[in-house]
Amino acid sequence: MRLDLGVIANLVPAGARVLDLGCGDGALLDELIRHRGCEGQGVEVSAEAFHVCVARGIPVVTADIDEGLPDFADGSFDVVVLSQTLQATRRPRLVLREMMRVADTGIVSFVNYGHIALRAHFLLRGRMPIPRLAPQPWFETTNIHPFTIRDFEALAVSQGLVVSDRVILGGDGGPAHGLAVRRPNAFARAAAYVVRRPAT
Amino acid sequence: MTDVVHNTYGASAGFVTTQRVELFDAMRPLVLDSGVELAPIEVAYETYGELNADRSNAIVICHALTGDAHAAGHHGDPTRPGWWDNFIGPRKPVDTDRFFVICANLLGGCMGTTGPSSVNPATEQPYGLRFPLFTVGDMVSVHRALITHLGIDRLHAAIGGSLGGMQVLHWAMEHPDEIGAAVMVCATSRLTAQNIAFSAVAREAIMRDPNFHGGDYQRIGARPDAGLAVARMMAHITYLSEEGMREKFGRRLQNGTTPRFGFDVDFQVESYLHHQGEVFLRRFDANSYLYLTRAMDYFDPFDDMLQAAPKLERLHAPFLVVSFDSDWRFDTAHSRDVVRVLAAHRVPVTFREIASPHGHDSFLLVLPEYHRTVADFLGRPTAAGSTRSARAA
Repeated sequence: MRLDLGVIANLVPAGARVLDLGCGDGALLDELIRHRGCEGQGVEVSAEAFHVCVARGIPVVTADIDEGLPDFADGSFDVVVLSQTLQATRRPRLVLREMMRVADTGIVSFVNYGHIALRAHFLLRGRMPIPRLAPQPWFETTNIHPFTIRDFEALAVSQGLVVSDRVILGGDGGPAHGLAVRRPNAFARAAAYVVRRPAT
Repeated sequence: MTDVVHNTYGASAGFVTTQRVELFDAMRPLVLDSGVELAPIEVAYETYGELNADRSNAIVICHALTGDAHAAGHHGDPTRPGWWDNFIGPRKPVDTDRFFVICANLLGGCMGTTGPSSVNPATEQPYGLRFPLFTVGDMVSVHRALITHLGIDRLHAAIGGSLGGMQVLHWAMEHPDEIGAAVMVCATSRLTAQNIAFSAVAREAIMRDPNFHGGDYQRIGARPDAGLAVARMMAHITYLSEEGMREKFGRRLQNGTTPRFGFDVDFQVESYLHHQGEVFLRRFDANSYLYLTRAMDYFDPFDDMLQAAPKLERLHAPFLVVSFDSDWRFDTAHSRDVVRVLAAHRVPVTFREIASPHGHDSFLLVLPEYHRTVADFLGRPTAAGSTRSARAA
């Protein structure tokens, strides 16, 4: 399993009911369901990934999350996961709103486009940055809405969300150490955030 | 449409015969949802494949409005296979090398299972409209009695398209411990006003036929053929899509290129519908059509969520819900309504809308995406510790 998925799995409480938006081949849900006592439900738009999920016994609904989550009722999950998916959505704010409608807790992982190497690449070479964790050129990347750690934190505030936990990730997708943790916006390759709706 | 009726993979379930069994008796009659008692009930059914030693590999196929027990294999002429032969057989999506597959004609049908055209033992006359009104739930009661008769107490899966899917949904909700997995294809949890309207017009066509005689046409030796044919022709329009009809018939004429400018059949689509109506008369009973469509109208298991919620909370079976994008009889919104309610009650649900130009009838055709999804779903690993164990514990 991808290291960042392991990090996310550790952020999910055991036994939680989890909705994974853009669940891909279902690797995270497989881990959560089979080894961590969770109930899992995936949403995936790609036909090929859908078939992989079905074959491995992961419940998956084909839907485009940019259309919202009409198939899921308010508060019907404990946790909604957006693992490296938010940057690939056309309407990130709608997706965040929908996510926090369906569950009280959201886990969002993303590639940090503020990393110093990407800034240097853009500044010195004048070319679009290609992150190590999403190594596709601009014309192939699904990350049509790249953002930085600071951007995400500002978005969370503007959406009225409270950050309750965060794990800074290194170039291998696992937890980072040292400078990346002290100055994440410039030195973290990626991050996973736990966000909640403030208690009303 | 023959190109999509037969598949290139798998084999035939081979020669099969329809079996008959009498279930329920005067001492232990079937008590219908209406409270009326019915016995005995003869059931026509077929089976394919072998039941394994621990009786855990049984799959029930619930057929749609006008189906019958003969789902797969053939009765002697391999060119005339069962109605879902492309779906059921060795190495087909419902793989009879692995599963023991049962398909029974449903209660109220006219293909061997007791229905309005059967003889009422009390009067020694056909029931006609004296046959009690029954529900989708009553159909499931008869299926359950059949699997008990076959020594099976839990199914690997129940599968159905259209009305068949409605039976699957009812079965899973009312008897969750009996269903290992549920497959609903182009089905619904409730008919819309438009669906009911089509059914109402079909019934009117039958009941206004001068040969209907208040449902006693059998006793009189008449047949409301005109009404039943019109009902079938109209229903058939709802089973196809606009695109499918345009592709298949367009505005082409039956004979040559010059319109005849009369009221006889001239367009190919007219000829097709006439043919469908005529063929239907040979195999279907008008009263059965009334009763079965009425049972569909009243089906609405999610109507009272106060009653449905506790049932759904006990539901452990993973669901596969499939719709087709050109189906307007039960369009994708019907399936998504089911998905929404299931997911809201923590039922693991897999859903996909499949692209197909063939409308509601798509569920009977060979569409690779569709067949692959069902095959993968039925064959999926069901490891311990899977989806609901944490909650069940």
